[in-house]
Amino acid sequence: MLTRLTQELTAPFSRRRWLAAAAGLALGAAGFGPAMAADDTIKIGVLHSLSGTMAISETTLKDTILFLIDEQNKKGGVLGKKLEAVVVDPASNWPLFAEKARELITKNKVAVVFGCWTSVSRKSVLPVFKELNSILFYPVQYEGEESERNVFYTGAAPNQQAIPAVDYLMKDEKVKRWVLAGTDYVYPRTTNKILEAYLKSKGVAQEDIMINYTPFGHSDWQTIVADIKKFGSAGKKTAVVSTINGDANVPFYKELGNQGVKAKDIPVVAFSVGEEELAGIDTKPLVGHLAAWNYFESIKTPANEKFIKEWQAYTKNPKRVTNDPMEAHVIGFNMWVKAVEKVKSTDPDKVIDALPGTEAPNLTGGVSKMLPNHHITKPVFIGEIKGDGQFSVVYKTKDLVPGDAWSKELEGSKDLIGDWVGKKCGNFNVKTNKCLGSGT
Amino acid sequence: MPAIVLAIVRRLLLSIALIAAAAPAFAASFEESVAKFANDDFSDTDDAVSEIAVSGNPLAFQIISALQDERLMFDAETKKVYVKQADGKIIDAATGAVVDKLPDTAAAVSLNNRLRRTVDAALGGLTLLSPDLSTRLSAAKSVFKSHDEATLPTVESALAKETNRGVKQALTEARAAILLFKSDASEVDKLEAVATIRARSDQEALALLTEISSGDQPPSVAKAAAGAIASIQSSLAIWSGVQNAWYGLSLGSVLLLAAIGLAITFGVMGVINMAHGEMVMLGAYTTFVVQEIIRTRYPALFDYSLLIAAPLAFLVAGAIGVVIERTIIRFLYGRPLETLLATWGLSLILQQAVRSAFGPTNREVGNPSWMSGAFELGQITITYNRLWILCFTMAVFAILLAMLRYTALGLEMRAVTQNRRMAASMGIATSRVDALTFGLGSGIAGIAGVALSQIDNVSPNLGQSYIIDSFMVVVFGGVGNLWGTLVGAFTLGIANKFLEPVAGAVLGKIAILVLIILFIQKRPRGLFALKGRAVEA
Repeated sequence: MLTRLTQELTAPFSRRRWLAAAAGLALGAAGFGPAMAADDTIKIGVLHSLSGTMAISETTLKDTILFLIDEQNKKGGVLGKKLEAVVVDPASNWPLFAEKARELITKNKVAVVFGCWTSVSRKSVLPVFKELNSILFYPVQYEGEESERNVFYTGAAPNQQAIPAVDYLMKDEKVKRWVLAGTDYVYPRTTNKILEAYLKSKGVAQEDIMINYTPFGHSDWQTIVADIKKFGSAGKKTAVVSTINGDANVPFYKELGNQGVKAKDIPVVAFSVGEEELAGIDTKPLVGHLAAWNYFESIKTPANEKFIKEWQAYTKNPKRVTNDPMEAHVIGFNMWVKAVEKVKSTDPDKVIDALPGTEAPNLTGGVSKMLPNHHITKPVFIGEIKGDGQFSVVYKTKDLVPGDAWSKELEGSKDLIGDWVGKKCGNFNVKTNKCLGSGT
Repeated sequence: MPAIVLAIVRRLLLSIALIAAAAPAFAASFEESVAKFANDDFSDTDDAVSEIAVSGNPLAFQIISALQDERLMFDAETKKVYVKQADGKIIDAATGAVVDKLPDTAAAVSLNNRLRRTVDAALGGLTLLSPDLSTRLSAAKSVFKSHDEATLPTVESALAKETNRGVKQALTEARAAILLFKSDASEVDKLEAVATIRARSDQEALALLTEISSGDQPPSVAKAAAGAIASIQSSLAIWSGVQNAWYGLSLGSVLLLAAIGLAITFGVMGVINMAHGEMVMLGAYTTFVVQEIIRTRYPALFDYSLLIAAPLAFLVAGAIGVVIERTIIRFLYGRPLETLLATWGLSLILQQAVRSAFGPTNREVGNPSWMSGAFELGQITITYNRLWILCFTMAVFAILLAMLRYTALGLEMRAVTQNRRMAASMGIATSRVDALTFGLGSGIAGIAGVALSQIDNVSPNLGQSYIIDSFMVVVFGGVGNLWGTLVGAFTLGIANKFLEPVAGAVLGKIAILVLIILFIQKRPRGLFALKGRAVEA
């Protein structure tokens, strides 16, 4: 999501990345060098960028894990041992993610890693986790089409975010015409492919769907907003489904506000805009535009209020916001603790087998469960932007939605399932009864 | 305020009574309707708004407009509903009695988009007869949008009384929109309505006509509508060309603003300055700091914040530029590769420094009121922020040009860049001029940051997104020539905006890049190449 893949564009400038990495390491990781090897601690790897373009999103997640470890240690740690964080800085540099992952597992001997934001960083560390047989918890909504033995996906799959959002607009707002606008990279392209197939299956005609891609960091939205207005003047209720990447959103929303596109006329529902992104905009002209997430800070449950209070106390910042990927880390962390306590060991094989079926309460009042495909069940919320930069929930799914590793809407993946319990396979074809290769 | 409201309501009562009479007999009592707000359930609120709008109760307008502004409070325990008036007074919504203070558990009745539309339609019907001109106008416009049949009698009586031409026109259009959707309206009325709407010839008219032509209409009306749609579409097509040209100018001005500082440091001095974008970023952060101070200390000055920030940004970025020149760049003149690497490293250091000081997340820089919103010029929308940025860019360009042309420093700068040794032998302190020139270029970049903070993210990465474009503009326009930068920026902006609707934003950008590469093959020195001995220097 947020600037996912930005770096791919600048990949040829690898020298620059090295400089960034070096600078980042010197600045960021200085305080967290490999700690004294003590056998009475369990080490937890934190693999989030603290410098470079992704720092804007990932720094918060590093703090979240440190906070969770702190809380767990206050309760006495795990298996009678204290937890100890090993923080590294992959500096928004995809190859460096793989190197840092290797360092965490082989040198620091961490029991589990919490990390990555962009899909490309996850793909880059994947071979390392497979080869060294370790565990990665990935906390961000993503495009799906993946189920790996060593990875646990605590963010939303498309059917836990995009599809319910479109359903809401179709039913409640009676939307007939759709603009699918996104940044040009794998997450929006895959999500829009899934959405296009889904909309067509619901009887939406091709001419009522407009798909638009923009480059990373696009800042001149005049033409596109004018196009959206034009597309919306065909006498049918129109909505925009935005997979626009975090940083480009600010100028996009500013242009919407200035050109007078009101949510009551053409609502925009976004999958990458959360409390943190809105912190950079005056939200008054945007009131009523929507976002779909599995968590909002404004949801009033005792668990959430307690979490926000403790988080703000921990960060010593009474204005610090919380967001969806943070909640995903909370759930993932608690599931890992439970699984470890169940098998009384941090041995990756044992924990991987114990995780499916493990339950952990989410912050919005339900209990999420790890599924055999290594995705979790989550509630889906649709929120409207309020004048103060928070969201008011206007819709929520009745039950928790189980995450689909493979989209049911796409021709190539509708027969596939991930099942690491019974079939021991990440891409099992239920029609041909065969595992397509990503098995044990 | 309440006195005016009461007056409006009194005048309204008659016309509303008409609608109320037509409303179904089972209509709930006013108190029951108001109590529905206390459930804070979207469909209950929807019902309540519709019922109250036709209740004829003098409090109706107050309640619904309070709901629109989120001033309608409810107490879940006692099921009471309150209106928080604009002046802070609290009244009981059901009775109108003044209440001392809100209960602690009271919360605002929540809204969603569907409700906002209902509220707009209801308020449109209730304020058509308001004594205030602009209220009447916006009421007529919201009736046009909602085209609710129930408001037709009110629209007609308002139309009969209206004296202002603009409002009368809006009311006529609103009436036409209602008639088009009214199934039992006569064919003559409908034909007339199509003609009225056709005269608007904008996107809203197009939307309306497309919507009704897909419904069940008499053949003559359907034909008239189809003709109107075709004529509006062809007129809009011409306007979209004009619009693209405007967008191109606006994009060009942003490119020019970002590149103009680089035209000095790279174009005139020949320093490949990769930290140029970071100067822009520092300017944007200066704006942020200025606005923060103004927000907390002198909120009345907020509209002037950019005017205050511009000279400060120039000083901050300029001073940092001078320091950079004195400590790093002056040792690297004539060594482009080392300059490139050093300024690159510098840009990373500046980014990380800002990230440590201000945090990695975006910072909010507000738009002053005169830079928010848009106005319509014919059928194109011109946003104020873009318009002001265009004016601002031209002003900066003019000042810079005048400075180079008419001031002593400008003369010295030109002398040093054209022939350093001869300038030195004429007694010009070349190293001082170098520092000042670099400071000037950086300072201008800082000023650009003030303007760019209005349309882009203020984050540590702000500068990165402009550096490539800036180099493109300077190289394309011709190194060492400010006019070249101007023409280059506007050419690229306009070409980009005419390509974008055809090829899409991604392909458009690639196409521009390919075209520039081809152009540079043909004319390596850009659009306006410097001639004479200076070239060889």
